[in-house]
Amino acid sequence: MKEKLTKAEEREFAQELVQKIGELAATTGRKLRFMEVCGTHTVAIFRAGLRQMLPETVELVSGPGCPVCVTPDDYMDKAIAYAQRDDVIIATFGDMLKVPGSKSSLNEAKTGGADIRIVYSPMDSIAIAKDNPDKKVIFLAVGFETTAPTAAATVLAAEQQGITNLFMLSAQKLVPPVMEVLLNDEEVHVDGFILPGHVSVVTGTGVYKPVIEKYHVPGVVTGFEPVQILRGLYRLVQQVVKGEAKVENEYTDVVKPEGNPVSMAITNKVYEPCDTGWRGMGVVPLSGLKMRDEYARFDIEEVLPVEVETITKKTACRCGEVLRGIVTPKECPLFGKACVPTHAIGPCMVSVEGVCAAWYKYGQGRFAYGK
Amino acid sequence: MANDRVTLAHGAGGKVSQELMEQVILPAYGNPVLNTLHDGALVKMSGEVAFTTDSYVVQPLFFAGGNIGKLAICGTVNDLAMTGAVPRYISVGMIIEEGFPIKDLQTIVTTMRKMADEAGVVIATGDTKVVEKGKADGIFINTAGIGDKIPGTDISPLNVKPGMKVILSGYIGDHAAAIMAGRHNINLPASVQTDCAPLNKMTKAMLEAAPDIAVLRDPTRGGVAAVLNEIAVASKCGILIDEDDIPIHPEVQGVCDMLGFDPLYLANEGKCVAFVPAESAEKVLKAMRTSPYGQEARIIGEVTAEAPGTVGLRTGIGGIRVVDMPLGNIVPRIC
Repeated sequence: MKEKLTKAEEREFAQELVQKIGELAATTGRKLRFMEVCGTHTVAIFRAGLRQMLPETVELVSGPGCPVCVTPDDYMDKAIAYAQRDDVIIATFGDMLKVPGSKSSLNEAKTGGADIRIVYSPMDSIAIAKDNPDKKVIFLAVGFETTAPTAAATVLAAEQQGITNLFMLSAQKLVPPVMEVLLNDEEVHVDGFILPGHVSVVTGTGVYKPVIEKYHVPGVVTGFEPVQILRGLYRLVQQVVKGEAKVENEYTDVVKPEGNPVSMAITNKVYEPCDTGWRGMGVVPLSGLKMRDEYARFDIEEVLPVEVETITKKTACRCGEVLRGIVTPKECPLFGKACVPTHAIGPCMVSVEGVCAAWYKYGQGRFAYGK
Repeated sequence: MANDRVTLAHGAGGKVSQELMEQVILPAYGNPVLNTLHDGALVKMSGEVAFTTDSYVVQPLFFAGGNIGKLAICGTVNDLAMTGAVPRYISVGMIIEEGFPIKDLQTIVTTMRKMADEAGVVIATGDTKVVEKGKADGIFINTAGIGDKIPGTDISPLNVKPGMKVILSGYIGDHAAAIMAGRHNINLPASVQTDCAPLNKMTKAMLEAAPDIAVLRDPTRGGVAAVLNEIAVASKCGILIDEDDIPIHPEVQGVCDMLGFDPLYLANEGKCVAFVPAESAEKVLKAMRTSPYGQEARIIGEVTAEAPGTVGLRTGIGGIRVVDMPLGNIVPRIC
């Protein structure tokens, strides 16, 4: 076992890595662009001030890693339509409240009297369902492979406890299919992926292999400590220089190649892949999860379908492009002016894991400290 | 007392009110100024007077290392101390919800007396009201305080100049972590307790050692991040702090990681941030370390001419990022 580095050793090690990354990247004669597809990585990178430390030859770009941000308008419109029913209680993570739909937000619905409860885990919605037997409790199941097992476990627990008034409005998303969309997108240029740590804990590393090999783009799973991210970046540069494209694991303490089979089994018992819409990317084949027929009675869209008319407003908000890494928040005319965390217009500013929120909070885009 | 819960009659001003006064309040607070039981207190002050007030609505009322009464005394004592004053007299207004256990009230007022004694302040006047069940959350306390400004001191963000050192008195986030643990039923090691403490003796020692201290602030709601941002904006200077120099207990960091908080934004109730001329920094640190509440005092950064109005942080691995003003209450009803 390696011993924990002291802070000074860690700083020295980080600076050494930055230098090695820079020197190696320079041998390619071009600027290398790596994308993280996990909101927690985005925040970790900004919190550590990593972007500013990197040499000119290496650029980090954020992808669609924030589950709240990638949730499209029509999902929000449906959630709002359900929330406005007298016989419904919405249970949701707090971040979702401010996300704009095409006309309003859950927050506005709440102000208008809708019963919307903030929960910290989908399991909390079971208690709400028990306490309110005359209401339909709908949990807004938003998230990636990481949260799907908990949502599925909640469905299984509700089934076991004979709860009949708990439902899911699902917008679960899968990472590998959207990586493929990005790689097929001519406007997106990515030399490699920093693969998500938490998602990989559940899925294992094998799920990325098909897309990494098909498009011949390197990928490295890393943890969230700055030094772990830098080690991952170094491995990515090494792969580029050698002309390799494989899935490597820099987070071996936590991520096993096979992932967490128990969690995966729970997800697969309840859910099956389906086509689903992503903000800024349209419908992506087999990139979402829907409940299997055996659990359709927990799927609110099956039990109580709702029609919404989603006409996406034309605004200057460029979240769709920010999510694909085509533009940085700074290039959006609203960023830092009309759109700030206290008055967010786009979803990327709403969520704490959103790219715009991270840019704003940690200062890049407004200025570089001391320059 | 006949009844073990506070009733509306206890706040009605009659015989039952008097019982509450004689059996609960006076035994705890009693002192020559208060015992006169006039409509107000008559006190002597020496010159320029500092005056402050604050209301306490924390939930839960009892938490690791303290209760709402401890906060109500220390909070007002510290507000006075941060203006460069010696706190002298405090008023206590209590709004109690009908049905509140008398035993809990006794615990709270006893704590308040204990903290007042430690701080060397006198509870000079007070008021107790009882409201119907459901109209308050157990108990709300307002305290106001007055103090003698220490002559020759001048605490103002306008005195903050580039090159000054930023000093922090100790570990941050403990109070908020204790409250969050209480609220979310998170089991924390006994070492994580509120840091709530009266800082007036420490700040007096600091000001005696270095009357040229530019600013003293207690980083309560909004934490160290809010204080630094306010000073950066008010002084039109930049502030650059070093992440490695900010003391955070690992357990507190753990709670933050679990709940998604940044310790820089967490409330403290027994910490002090000081802006001091570089040449006075060592004297101030030495003075702080004479207090039990300043043992971990250290320099965490300095005031810069560049990036005015902004707080920067040198990260553990050597990057620099901004420490933004907190957006809102991340943990409501913290004090």
